[in-house]
Amino acid sequence: MNDQNKSGSFWKRNTPGILVAVGLLAVYLILHFWIQGFEIGGNKYQLNKYYTLNIYLMGMNIILAVSLNLVCGITGQLALGHAGFMAVGAYTSAVCTMKLGLPFAVGLLAGGLVAAVMGIIIGLPTLRLKGDYLAIATLGMGEIIRVILINIDYVGGASGLSPIPKLTNWTWIFFITVGTVLFVKNFINSTYGRACISVREDEIAAETMGINSTRYKTMAFCFGAFFAGVAGGLYAHNFFIIQPNLFNFFKSFEYLVMVVLGGLGSLTGSVLAASGLTVVNLALQNVPDLRMVVYSLVLITVMLFRPGGLMGTKELTFSIFKLNKKRGGDRGTSGN
Amino acid sequence: MEILIQQLINGIALGSIYALIALGYTMVYGIIQLINFAHGDIYMVGAFVAFFLISIFHLPFFAALIIAMLACSLLGVIIERVAYKPLRNQNRLTALITAIGVSFFLEYTMMYFVKPDPRAFPASFKLHNITIGNVVISSKDILILIISFTLMLILTYIVNRTKTGKSMRAVSFDKDAAQLMGIDVNKTISATFAIGSSLAAAAGVLVGMYYGQIDPLMGIMPGLKAFIAAVIGGIGIIPGAAFGGLILGVTEALVSGAGYSMLRDAVAFVVLILILIIKPTGILGKNIREKV
Repeated sequence: MNDQNKSGSFWKRNTPGILVAVGLLAVYLILHFWIQGFEIGGNKYQLNKYYTLNIYLMGMNIILAVSLNLVCGITGQLALGHAGFMAVGAYTSAVCTMKLGLPFAVGLLAGGLVAAVMGIIIGLPTLRLKGDYLAIATLGMGEIIRVILINIDYVGGASGLSPIPKLTNWTWIFFITVGTVLFVKNFINSTYGRACISVREDEIAAETMGINSTRYKTMAFCFGAFFAGVAGGLYAHNFFIIQPNLFNFFKSFEYLVMVVLGGLGSLTGSVLAASGLTVVNLALQNVPDLRMVVYSLVLITVMLFRPGGLMGTKELTFSIFKLNKKRGGDRGTSGN
Repeated sequence: MEILIQQLINGIALGSIYALIALGYTMVYGIIQLINFAHGDIYMVGAFVAFFLISIFHLPFFAALIIAMLACSLLGVIIERVAYKPLRNQNRLTALITAIGVSFFLEYTMMYFVKPDPRAFPASFKLHNITIGNVVISSKDILILIISFTLMLILTYIVNRTKTGKSMRAVSFDKDAAQLMGIDVNKTISATFAIGSSLAAAAGVLVGMYYGQIDPLMGIMPGLKAFIAAVIGGIGIIPGAAFGGLILGVTEALVSGAGYSMLRDAVAFVVLILILIIKPTGILGKNIREKV
């Protein structure tokens, strides 16, 4: 939405942006009417409920993958507790709408904010750790959140919280997804984003250049947690019931696979991988046992043969369609 | 008082299991700086191998234990060769993600073949309970203690007194220098994986015997906890792993004994985070300054 206003007067310079905006709007409208159902010449066309659900899931997966990419890919901190933040957001927003009777938007925002605060609380001590230790500590934090939720009776304990009103619809999913991607894209290209990338590339060198690495790591972690919380809110209001055990280590792992597959540090890669894996999931629905086997094999194979993920740190831009190198090429800050 | 002693005994039995798994973690970490996430699943595979040997081939318990250990050491070496070796010079994150992938692969392949339901591990012993006052010590507890301490003694002997052990220590100290001195680094790393995996398999068989039930996802939690144990003791330090395992086991048993068994898993992670914040090198670890 935002980029449409900005680009209105500069048709020529902003052709790619306008094309994307128009494309997205078209996708939104088509799917909006398809999900609602429409009639042409007496025939009613409506997208089947199951596919609708998967389109919603695709949106949530994109939000979660992109926000995890901000932490893992852009800032280079391997965090394995993303599902924990999702759980915090899901529970907070569900409590807001169910028990406090607040509107959905407030619930989502509250879910995101509480998750972000959790992100700071968790991030400040753990982000001093490096690599493997950070991975384990965040995994532990995710598990602690889950165990704590199991032990709170106010939100239903292990049996879960229900009935959550079904408020998530295509409009919410679409605009929040697009908003998240836009936010992260602008974040990467901002001073903060560049500082985060420098922390990923070489923390000691970044510190030497006067970048407060803890601050930027915590910032990325906090934003990642915020979007995970919002996605959790969408998730909760789509499925009627949430249980702490839905948000276990496996869930975090699924998003990690999306980020890694798309390329650590590539935004378009995450979006593509999240959408692609949702479709793969749909295709493997009949063989649920094999789903995780396929997932793990994909992960191992990608790591062995393309350790940077399918897209590496590159972005899919319009520069692949035209030869002039105005936009492409300058994105790969890593320079290798 | 009796409850406390009873919990201590349970804690030590549980702790020695953690210690056995933690030893493998710490050895692998010491030598290639990789958290082998698949280690907990090797423990699960070990339990299943023993399960099939005992229930289908009716082997005695000790024969099953030894065959499971051998099978898992082979599995560990294969995993290292296929999944970790090509990534040895890559970013450490890459290897870590691969390790997570291997872990899930083992879990879900096993689940595909044996179905997710828990299975009863065949009891191959007559139980004798020794009662002192109100404290019950079962023969299972004693067996776990004897086997795990024997294995730890053997490990200490291998690491400190044999040529393989010497080369393992050399490689973990400085890989390049070790190579220049004529040590076959690949072989040494394989040996480390073999020894670590066989210890994990032994732990798996002992747990199957102790709790009487196994399932394909049984390795996740003990695997993570054993890693915590390794961190508590100081990762890369072999006595530290044994020590950390016992501490963690006793802590958990005391927490469950105090009536908070629901919070048991959370407590282990809280301990981990406290250790990481207060003394990241672990209780027995030395501070090493990072060099640029």
